[in-house]
Amino acid sequence: MKRIYLDNAASTPILPEVLRSMIEANKNNYGNPLSIHEEGRRAKLSLEKARSEIADLISCEKDEIIFTNGGTEANNLAILGIAGEYGEKYKKPKIISSAIEHKSIIKPLEYLEKKGFKIEFVGVDKNGKINLNQLKKYIDKQTILVSVMLANNEVGTIQPMKEISKIISKTHAMLHTDAANHYLDFNVKNLGIDLMTINGGKLGGPKGTGLLYVKKGIKISPIIFGAKQERGMRAGTENLPGIIGLSKAIEINQKRLAGNVKKLREIRDYTIKNVLRAIPYSILTGDPKNRLPQIASFIIPGTEGESLVLMLDRRGVSVSTGSACNSLSLKPSAVLLAMGFSQEIIHGSLRVSLGEDITKKQIDYFVSELRKIVIRLREISSFKSWKTK
Amino acid sequence: MAEDKIKKNNIPWVYNDIVKDHFFNPRNFLSEKEIGKFKFNAFGEAGNPVCGDMMKFWLWIDPKTEKIKECRWQTFGCGSAIASTSMLSVMVTENGGMTLDEAIKIKPRDILERLGGLPDQKIHCSVLGDKAIRNAIDNYLRDVSN
Repeated sequence: MKRIYLDNAASTPILPEVLRSMIEANKNNYGNPLSIHEEGRRAKLSLEKARSEIADLISCEKDEIIFTNGGTEANNLAILGIAGEYGEKYKKPKIISSAIEHKSIIKPLEYLEKKGFKIEFVGVDKNGKINLNQLKKYIDKQTILVSVMLANNEVGTIQPMKEISKIISKTHAMLHTDAANHYLDFNVKNLGIDLMTINGGKLGGPKGTGLLYVKKGIKISPIIFGAKQERGMRAGTENLPGIIGLSKAIEINQKRLAGNVKKLREIRDYTIKNVLRAIPYSILTGDPKNRLPQIASFIIPGTEGESLVLMLDRRGVSVSTGSACNSLSLKPSAVLLAMGFSQEIIHGSLRVSLGEDITKKQIDYFVSELRKIVIRLREISSFKSWKTK
Repeated sequence: MAEDKIKKNNIPWVYNDIVKDHFFNPRNFLSEKEIGKFKFNAFGEAGNPVCGDMMKFWLWIDPKTEKIKECRWQTFGCGSAIASTSMLSVMVTENGGMTLDEAIKIKPRDILERLGGLPDQKIHCSVLGDKAIRNAIDNYLRDVSN
């Protein structure tokens, strides 16, 4: 039986069009864009062509794009780059973020906290939407940056970025958004943000590709030093085949969004409806409506996520969990904790992230296997009191 | 072991084959059908669901020989927690059953040895069965002396 891959939020298979565009570049476009000979000039031309294409797709100018080695680097560059450039101008510079960010935002912020920055994390409601009143309260004259993810990778909730932008625009703080997810509209003008992270490896693009959009007029300090690539803001020879693939992946993402990804949304809602129906006491996590079209996420009380994942894996289905036992830190999902779920049931969290090839028939198989597994794990389990909580 | 498998080009599993077997085919767990029917004279537990691992043991101890003749368990937890409890249930009942003196001395490393090892970060949280067994034996001895 063909495996059913429902973990596209962790990593997407590469799109055939992306792969085709990269094969050509890998074969023939091997020059270094800094070289002045023909191979170098050809590489430079392709690099700038890809940059222009992306700029058009996300409604910015080409020199507002810095290519990076993925989403984590772009997030680090946004946080540390702004802190490095503007931090010194304030007595106690403040950066505000949310309680449900990715580790590549949280960790650099914790690092800055040790260096004397004031860091605040805005809470979220039960659906994972950030508390705008708290955000307003936290912003002061020392605030240099606010970073809020565009959509959450664990529960799929999309943040009201325009409203957040409206709040920030009245201050002199800058607004960064981590948009490292598939099926998000990357139009920076519509979003009203100053900096944005895109991650190719989650878009059906190549792994280890990404970019940071930085609005004109904003300066950032580099975090990788060397030669003067990316206008001195990111040293290292450009990954040209990767950048060409990234450009193709962004193009396909924007095209699919224009079609509203209707079929994907339908399969997602079908998944949600059927899991909630088939699994007693299961809970949908994240905003029921305002969520990514590919993510259906749940808590299944009385089960533990690693056991769920391993049993589904044996039956040919790949999903993921925010259970403590599945993490190297042995800590349960900070996102679900921030949303107010109790630790004991967070161990039973399950995320389904769809691809466009997934059919209703495959979802039917997944749900029926999941049902059997949950019955078995609940039978083996010594923790039965969750029903009353 | 994992390295051998990489060489052979097989994708290694998360745990070794013994752990895998006990996870997918757990021995002696208290099934839904047996609840209220399984005859026991000792009960013990360890862990809690907040941490993510909790084990319960029901034992039938022969009052004359003080050997564990039958045992059942339930575990809430990850793959290694289920497998380690299952293995422990085999250890205390095999070869005619362990005496209480022997069972009370079981250490996590004895279970680990029989399992052929677990990843380091899993040992502390998922091997709690020995504490649950000890708790059951303590409860039994207290009941008997009363």
